[in-house]
Amino acid sequence: MPQGSEERVRTWITRESLDDFAQFEDIVGEVGSVEDGALLFFQGRVRRTNRGRAVSRLEYEAYGEMAERELSAICHEALEQFDVGSIAAAHRVGGLALGEVSVAIAVTSAHRDDGYRASRWIIETIKVRLPIWKHEHYEDGESHWVGAPTPEAGASAGGSQFG
Amino acid sequence: MTDRISVRTLFFGVYGELAARREGSAELPADSTVGDLVDTLRGSGGLGWLPESVVVAVNQSYAEAGTTLSDGDEVALIPPVAGG
Repeated sequence: MPQGSEERVRTWITRESLDDFAQFEDIVGEVGSVEDGALLFFQGRVRRTNRGRAVSRLEYEAYGEMAERELSAICHEALEQFDVGSIAAAHRVGGLALGEVSVAIAVTSAHRDDGYRASRWIIETIKVRLPIWKHEHYEDGESHWVGAPTPEAGASAGGSQFG
Repeated sequence: MTDRISVRTLFFGVYGELAARREGSAELPADSTVGDLVDTLRGSGGLGWLPESVVVAVNQSYAEAGTTLSDGDEVALIPPVAGG
């Protein structure tokens, strides 16, 4: 193996825009290898409609340092589990408008199947492990922390409804 | 043993909203566990809405209820995550 895992993974949590694909192309150019015949790029973007409600904007809150560590750990685990060459992954925090990129994942691999599987595993693992929370604001002026109980459920409240 | 420890508590997302604070501190007997802290917060801490099985991170790593706490630990109460 020509490079250590440290050089083959780049991850970051940022308040800056991730909309420009070029920054990922640059990283892939730096850390990728000509052995890799596939580049798979995934973007998650702010969607207008979530569970039937019209979203106007989002706020992402992160447990900063832990999120940095966890995203790096997830991508290093992916490097061990899948036959991929390099991984770059980033997640936004702060306020995002509709259509903006909230998460981006680039994976290079010798063959496409490994890249598809690794990319899918990374985004699914981000969704269950990365300590980031999404506060959705709606066009009707209300807002809700995604994953939290609705106000109605919270008012009647056993704690179990939060689990 | 009368030794006591003090830990820093962090509340994220909806927990910060429900607790009406983003951080605080808790005093506990030495050798207390994550579970003991959660019981304390749910009881005398006034956060009865915290689920018994709340996800917790100690010093920025996910921890089990049986993890023993040390003086000065940073303990984060982690609501359901929603990245992506």
